[in-house]
Amino acid sequence: MRPLIELRQVCKHYRRGGQSVPVLHALDLEIQAGDFLALMGPSGSGKTTLLNLIGGLDRASSGSVIVDGQALEPLSSGQLANWRARNVGFVFQFYNLLPVLSAARNVELPLLLTGLNSAQRARHVAAALAVVGLADRARHRPTELSGGQAQRVAIARALVADPTLLVCDEPTGDLDRKTADEVLTLLQELNREHGKTIIMVTHDPKAAEFATHRLHLDKGQLVGVEHQGP
Amino acid sequence: MKYLPLLWAALWRRKPRTIFTGLSIAVSFLLFGLLNAFNQALNSGVELSGSDRLITTGKYSLTQLLPYGHYQQILNIEGVSRATHASWFGGVYQTERNFFPQFVTDVQTYLALYPELVLPAEQREALRLNRSGAVVARTLADRFGWSVGDRVPIRATIWPQKDNGNAWEFDLVGIFDTRNPRERGQYEMMLLPYTYFDEARRFGRGMVGWFVSEIESGADAVAVGRAVDEQFANSPFPTRSQTEKAFNQAFLKQLGDIGFIISSIMGAVLFTLLLLTGNTMMQSVRERIPELAVLKTLGFAGHQLLALVLAESVTLCLLSAAIGIGLTGLLIPLLVPHLPGGFAGMTLGPQAWLQGLGIASGLALLVGVPPALRAQRLDIVQALGGH
Repeated sequence: MRPLIELRQVCKHYRRGGQSVPVLHALDLEIQAGDFLALMGPSGSGKTTLLNLIGGLDRASSGSVIVDGQALEPLSSGQLANWRARNVGFVFQFYNLLPVLSAARNVELPLLLTGLNSAQRARHVAAALAVVGLADRARHRPTELSGGQAQRVAIARALVADPTLLVCDEPTGDLDRKTADEVLTLLQELNREHGKTIIMVTHDPKAAEFATHRLHLDKGQLVGVEHQGP
Repeated sequence: MKYLPLLWAALWRRKPRTIFTGLSIAVSFLLFGLLNAFNQALNSGVELSGSDRLITTGKYSLTQLLPYGHYQQILNIEGVSRATHASWFGGVYQTERNFFPQFVTDVQTYLALYPELVLPAEQREALRLNRSGAVVARTLADRFGWSVGDRVPIRATIWPQKDNGNAWEFDLVGIFDTRNPRERGQYEMMLLPYTYFDEARRFGRGMVGWFVSEIESGADAVAVGRAVDEQFANSPFPTRSQTEKAFNQAFLKQLGDIGFIISSIMGAVLFTLLLLTGNTMMQSVRERIPELAVLKTLGFAGHQLLALVLAESVTLCLLSAAIGIGLTGLLIPLLVPHLPGGFAGMTLGPQAWLQGLGIASGLALLVGVPPALRAQRLDIVQALGGH
């Protein structure tokens, strides 16, 4: 079966002060549809960079990134934006909700890029908020929500357009243990019951236990893959 | 329309800043509206003045008096159908604050030359019978509570009486109105009887300020004017004749180029506004960089962010400008009673609205484009605090 995500000889370097700083070195990776992958490794190992490349937020310096059969390199920035809107949901460590909008309006944002009318968008938003257990908080502003609730709103926003892939950058990094476990359980349910492929960057070994695979990076290279669970 | 909540929320992200910026814009456009209406009121006199009437003044100055004897000679010039004369009285009613123009003239012939002024027949007759009879505009009569039969005291500032007294009194025998209510401001004046005035004044007897001639239908006003001036070219009182319209334009120019003054004031105000609003927009976008990056992450394309920021700028500028211009419309009727009669024609027409909103749109684009381009070119990874 063809993998959902294929990385072929992917290199990434940044320019800092006129010098090229390598971050990823000739990385080869395949991720199957339905996987829940935890990307682990020390700071500076290239986890977030790899996540950004897979999510289409950044471009590889060389090599190719193919997601669901679509090579990302040839896409223009406009096409890439369109591709992200249709295929990827993003969850960030600090939630990154727009403070001026209610929870429902935040969740609705990805749907503004679709052809859905107002009533259809409202139905999708209500369904996404129900999935994360926050149907009663739709009108609340992010500042009126707890950290765990804000992150669940962010997950609802990532889900609402029904993307193939969820990419999560330290989604529990700002939460206490109990709340973190609730959020991870939610991600696990989305993976198991809704079949979402999830790639999650984490430093936390306990968080990684919720994933089906653990992938270890060090100095921009893949140093180990662990499969766990059923 | 679906982006409206997003746009509106972004606009009110920092309420005090949006309110103060909006107020600055509104006040600037309030000033724009007032100056525009002021300019229009000044120019309306020029627009309404007839080009079939000639004004003949002293060749070298408007203040140079001309002999009454010119009057009959002007009437004899070919192409002149009727004529009258007038002089500036320059008196004061009670206090200087009550200033309004008074002209000493042959009231009957003056009214004949200005058919736009309407005086009831019985009042015309009363004028003929009363040597000290004066007529006044309806607006002035209303303002000072005068009615026909009143005796109106006017204190002279130029023309004392033979006994050196400055106190003149005139019998108010008529109140005239204009056919077109819009012209009321233009004719807010009092017409005083020449014969009575000329006999009673201490000096300057037999002299008048200027002549007004009506040109026969089909006659060339410029040629008639030239004929009038040639008539008096070698007299001790040479003249200068021009159409009433040209005369009024020249008179306004003596005050200075009002249009230029108004444009200069508005230019300075708009330039300041440009800096202020531009800075606000830049600041607003700068502090929202992470939020804009999130929108881009979610799939908003660069051109959509550009449009969003521009729409924000246009909404702020247009709404505030509309409030400012709208307030001008409300303010003008309250201001007019406290202004000299020449400003009674102050109005805010559709042209002022169009011009104001056009300027506001230009302002919005000028201040909106730099931050909008910044939003469009945003690098997601950098903006989200990555590398």
